[in-house]
Amino acid sequence: MLAYLIRRLLLAVITVWAITVVTFIILQLPPGDFVDAYVAQASAMGSAISAAEAAALRHAYGLDQSFLVQYMKWLNLILHGEFGTSFEYSRPVAEVIGDRLWLTMVLSFAAIIVTWVLALPIGIYSAVRQYSLGDYVFTFIGFIGLAVPSFLLALIVMYLGLRWFNLNLGGLFSPDYQLAPWSWGKLLDLLKHLPVPMLILALPGIAQLVRIMRANLLDELRRPYVVTARARGLAERRVILKYPVRAALNPFASTIGYLLPYTVSGSIIISVVLSLPTVGPLLLHSLISQDMLLGSTIILLLGVLTVLGTLLSDLLLMWIDPRIRAGQLR
Amino acid sequence: MSAGAIDADAPLITEAETRVAVATQRQLIWWRFKKHRLAVVSAAIVLAFYIVAAFADFISYSEPFDTLAARSYIPPQPIHLFDAEGHFHPQVYALKGKRDLRTFKLSYAPDPSDPRDLALFAHGYPYRLFGLFPTYIHLFGVSNGNATDALYLFGTDQLGRDVFSRLVLATRTSLTIGLVSVALSLVLGVLLGGISGLYGGWVDTVIQRVIEILRSIPTIPLWMGLAAAIPTSWSPEQVYFAITIIISLIGWTELARVVRGRFLALREEDFIVAAELAGASRLRIIFKHMVPSFLSHIIAATSLALPAMIISETTLSFLGLGLRPPAISWGVMLQDAQNLETLGLAPWLLIAAVPVIIVILAFNFLGDGLRDAADPYG
Repeated sequence: MLAYLIRRLLLAVITVWAITVVTFIILQLPPGDFVDAYVAQASAMGSAISAAEAAALRHAYGLDQSFLVQYMKWLNLILHGEFGTSFEYSRPVAEVIGDRLWLTMVLSFAAIIVTWVLALPIGIYSAVRQYSLGDYVFTFIGFIGLAVPSFLLALIVMYLGLRWFNLNLGGLFSPDYQLAPWSWGKLLDLLKHLPVPMLILALPGIAQLVRIMRANLLDELRRPYVVTARARGLAERRVILKYPVRAALNPFASTIGYLLPYTVSGSIIISVVLSLPTVGPLLLHSLISQDMLLGSTIILLLGVLTVLGTLLSDLLLMWIDPRIRAGQLR
Repeated sequence: MSAGAIDADAPLITEAETRVAVATQRQLIWWRFKKHRLAVVSAAIVLAFYIVAAFADFISYSEPFDTLAARSYIPPQPIHLFDAEGHFHPQVYALKGKRDLRTFKLSYAPDPSDPRDLALFAHGYPYRLFGLFPTYIHLFGVSNGNATDALYLFGTDQLGRDVFSRLVLATRTSLTIGLVSVALSLVLGVLLGGISGLYGGWVDTVIQRVIEILRSIPTIPLWMGLAAAIPTSWSPEQVYFAITIIISLIGWTELARVVRGRFLALREEDFIVAAELAGASRLRIIFKHMVPSFLSHIIAATSLALPAMIISETTLSFLGLGLRPPAISWGVMLQDAQNLETLGLAPWLLIAAVPVIIVILAFNFLGDGLRDAADPYG
């Protein structure tokens, strides 16, 4: 158990380090840097920036140094909890990101909880009542979740909301609360706006888990031990919930590690469509304007939080599942 | 005849059983696949889409890049199957521009008094079939006048381009990008998965850890970063190729996992051990004995990976990070329908979502069927 714990922690640390390297490389890839973009923008606005001024800007931002030096400087800053200054907003990166990071995580975690809470009973129902009307309905919804890319789903839901209810389903806050400081009213407002993006985000995961749960449970239900339990007169509810469901739960445990990164990825995309105040739109914008420090910080923070979340869920799983504690499962 | 006596006339093995017993593996796979109705239908749909992709210029009737600002946001125009006398005579009404005297805006409305005849194999804009044969014959069009006078099956976009013709051409881009990416992904996956499964030891450990790390981080932000790094000065062909490489990076981990699992399982099989003991070389074992027995699994895994590639391309292009105009793909077309104002004004732009959903579903069902058929002995 201790070996598993150490292995798990080590892997998390290596993963975080890999994320810093990969993000930094990716954001260095575009030819030209922020100063080039800035100069181009300035000349488009009609004011020229001389080559000397550009060089001075470059020096001030440290963009004239070698790749390795820039990476080490960046890493050093991060280890001190500083993310530098956003070129575009001329404000500290941490300030620009602000609440957005937490809202991203709130949205993702909410979606995961919904995925679990809905997928489990639906999966059980679909397997126990195979080929019933409900099973077909859920299978159909599952296919939608499988086949419709999340951005498209968000777009369609938004369109229908506008068309049928004359309602703007975008955003996480009402206009009154958008800039207001946190209060109970604002929290309630958030809770009112959360369900729509949460469900859109959760649907692909639900579809996938229901499919797996249904198939596994169907396999289990055909086993002799279930017949034995029935023959001995156990209540139907107990026959199903006590043994086959527990055995079929395996995939829930093994997919939890991949559900979080998948959901965080998805939240980026639907946030852009639904214009949610998460890091999604900010990331897209920073990538397009090559605001390197802002972009890489967002990717880094998302990656680290995801790794931490996965680590936590693994530990939780270890606590729940005796087989992992015994070191039988990886 | 008394109960319990053996009927001497009844054959010990029925005819159907003999048929199964002597069938080749390929036949078994085909029989198993045919049983999966949904998969067979899906295969037909996928085939139909690729035919559309191959004959895209032929099927479209208007020049897909032809812009005319005055004709922006024309709603889809219906085809009238019967003429004024009630005879079967498919026609479309020509659009007539009318200037609103208060706003001075030119608006187009169909004019029933000016019908245009629909015809098969009508003459239209010139193009090269398969990029080789210059021609101007299209599957259908207007026989008296220009297609742009009247024929707008799915309406027009903001720049007045015909949505139907663009959608048909987008099919070509979106479907080939999926194929090319999956091929690249397959090379990566088979190579790394094969090495991992064949050699084992620390090589296996390293490759498995890399896959684990890749799967435990949110990858879409990373691919967004990569896609944003494509210089704006690149030509559409270069962007197309760069995007296929980025997308292929997404799917290889799953393929590598499948290949590795197959390699590990096969390594212990008797016939492999027998070949080894008989002195067959390693390469011979891999290509003569192992590959044929897991090829079908690879094909199934590939067709399950394809929809993810198509979704990725569509998503990246939709966000403005993938293919850029003048390239046309489903994602690029959906980008036009990005905000609510446009959707309220021209909901028909969402039509590009329909082929996306159908193709993804079809590939999923096809992959399911292939996966079941891949192991016909089970």
